[in-house]
Amino acid sequence: MSENNISIERKQYLKKKRQKKYLILLTQIAILVCFLALWEILANFGIIDSFIMSQPSRILNTFFNLTSNDLLMHIWVTTYETIIGFLIGTLLGTLIAIILWWSDFIAKVSEPFLVVLNSLPKVALGPVIIIWVGAGTPAIIVMAIAISLIVTILENLNGFMKTDKDIIKMAKTFNASKFQILTKVVIPANLSTFINSLKVNIGLSLVGVISGEFLVSKAGLGYLIVYGGQVFKLDLVMTSVLILGIVAGLMYASVLLLEKIILHTKKFK
Amino acid sequence: MAKLLEVQNLNKKYQSSQNEILALQDVNFYVNDGEFFSIIGPSGCGKSTLLSIIAGLEDKSSGEILIQGQKVNDISSKIGYMLQKDCLLEWRTILSNILFGLEIKGKINNETKSYAENLLKKYNLYEFKDKYPSELSGGMRQRVALIRTLAIKPKILLLDEAFSALDYQTRIMVTNDIYHILKEENITTIMVTHDISEAISMSDKVLVLTKRPGTVKKIHDIQFDIKDRSPINCRQNPEFTKYFDTLWRELGIDE
Ligand SMILES: Nc1ncnc2c1ncn2[C@@H]1O[C@H](COP(=O)(O)OP(=O)(O)OP(=O)(O)O)[C@@H](O)[C@H]1O
Ligand SMILES: [Mg+2]
Repeated sequence: MSENNISIERKQYLKKKRQKKYLILLTQIAILVCFLALWEILANFGIIDSFIMSQPSRILNTFFNLTSNDLLMHIWVTTYETIIGFLIGTLLGTLIAIILWWSDFIAKVSEPFLVVLNSLPKVALGPVIIIWVGAGTPAIIVMAIAISLIVTILENLNGFMKTDKDIIKMAKTFNASKFQILTKVVIPANLSTFINSLKVNIGLSLVGVISGEFLVSKAGLGYLIVYGGQVFKLDLVMTSVLILGIVAGLMYASVLLLEKIILHTKKFK
Repeated sequence: MAKLLEVQNLNKKYQSSQNEILALQDVNFYVNDGEFFSIIGPSGCGKSTLLSIIAGLEDKSSGEILIQGQKVNDISSKIGYMLQKDCLLEWRTILSNILFGLEIKGKINNETKSYAENLLKKYNLYEFKDKYPSELSGGMRQRVALIRTLAIKPKILLLDEAFSALDYQTRIMVTNDIYHILKEENITTIMVTHDISEAISMSDKVLVLTKRPGTVKKIHDIQFDIKDRSPINCRQNPEFTKYFDTLWRELGIDE
């Protein structure tokens, strides 16, 4: 439909829709600005204690003095620990889900263990992990994997099991092998489950890494937060939390980008 | 006419943790080359079971299935099976969907590919070859599913209520189309249906199964004195009502 074919009603409808979108965005920005301004002003007038609550201008200051605090290094440490944990957790989890789909026996045997492990708060394993793999980066990565692995297995397995029985039957009428059913039906049919587990796992891995860094306390944003708290450098704590938010947002955005790429190549195969 | 498929003394018991179900008992019949053979019977009498056994998807408890005189126990390459749902893969284009069977069998080459593409052309689906299944109507999807099955050049086609998911109008049109396709490609067909009219309008023979355990109650020869027989003009023939009454009574006694 070309532009001039659009009816007046439709034009008004589209305009209203656009206006609403802008209004929402504007309100969101306004809330944020007001919040920050209020915080800044109240701190300036000494109504809230900026030593305990910090203050936007001080956070900004710390943020722009990145290098003096080795902030970049800490950001990098957290990022790569998260990415490694995320990749291993997701790939290993998917692989195990495939094995469990393949062998009904192994699936039945492991079911109670998976259920218990799934409901266990993984952070409780922290000290054990540190004893086993040592207090360092490996422990943090193991923590990230521990948090995302079981969920990935259960989510993907559930999706695999729910694959349309009739489609599998259809493939069998052509004498498809189990491997062909896996690669040509089950996996493509569950691509959206897989992408979903990517989205969930990026967040979970970050949780794992931060709690790992809390425990191990050598480097990373989690370490900075704990350290800042201990020496009462609240500016540092707040800045770290802010950066953590940005890092999490960027990671989520790259998963969305990955989703687009996967869906795109799938369509043109 | 030569016997193409023969079912001898077929029995099927299903085992489950609660009980044992005798689904089919002593089923005997044969289908000639080129015939359109329908199976009707009350629901749960074992029609799908019978087709699955012929297709080699389900084990039999005893008895024999013979194709051209040879025993078959496995999934035979001479058989194509079309299910009630079209089971198209939504993430593949129409072309890629119709090549699915060949791909699974590792038989994609220029010859098989152009055969499949020709089927698409012949049955007016070629312009949709790069579209996705969700962009097609129910009737078109069913024809694509048929072409996917025909692409492997089966001698015998099994249809399990293949049209029951379609609305009435589409169903009449699609059965008519598919009837012509099957006659044109000279494919022997065994069709399971709930619809007595559909069975009469398409078939050369109709087998009536009793309620569970399914056994052969009767096999009817369906003959119309029509030159260019098609499901639609069969429905308008006076003979049609006669056959309908007979089959309807026969099914009714059981239920
Ligand atoms: N896998 C199975 N395990 C146990 N019992 C089964 C199984 N499949 C079918 N049955 C039973 O066998 C009988 C025949 O089933 P079947 O699906 O062949 O009937 P049908 O004639 O195709 O029925 P419908 O008309 O409803 O499609 C039914 O009573 C059914 O409950
Ligand atoms: Mg059935």
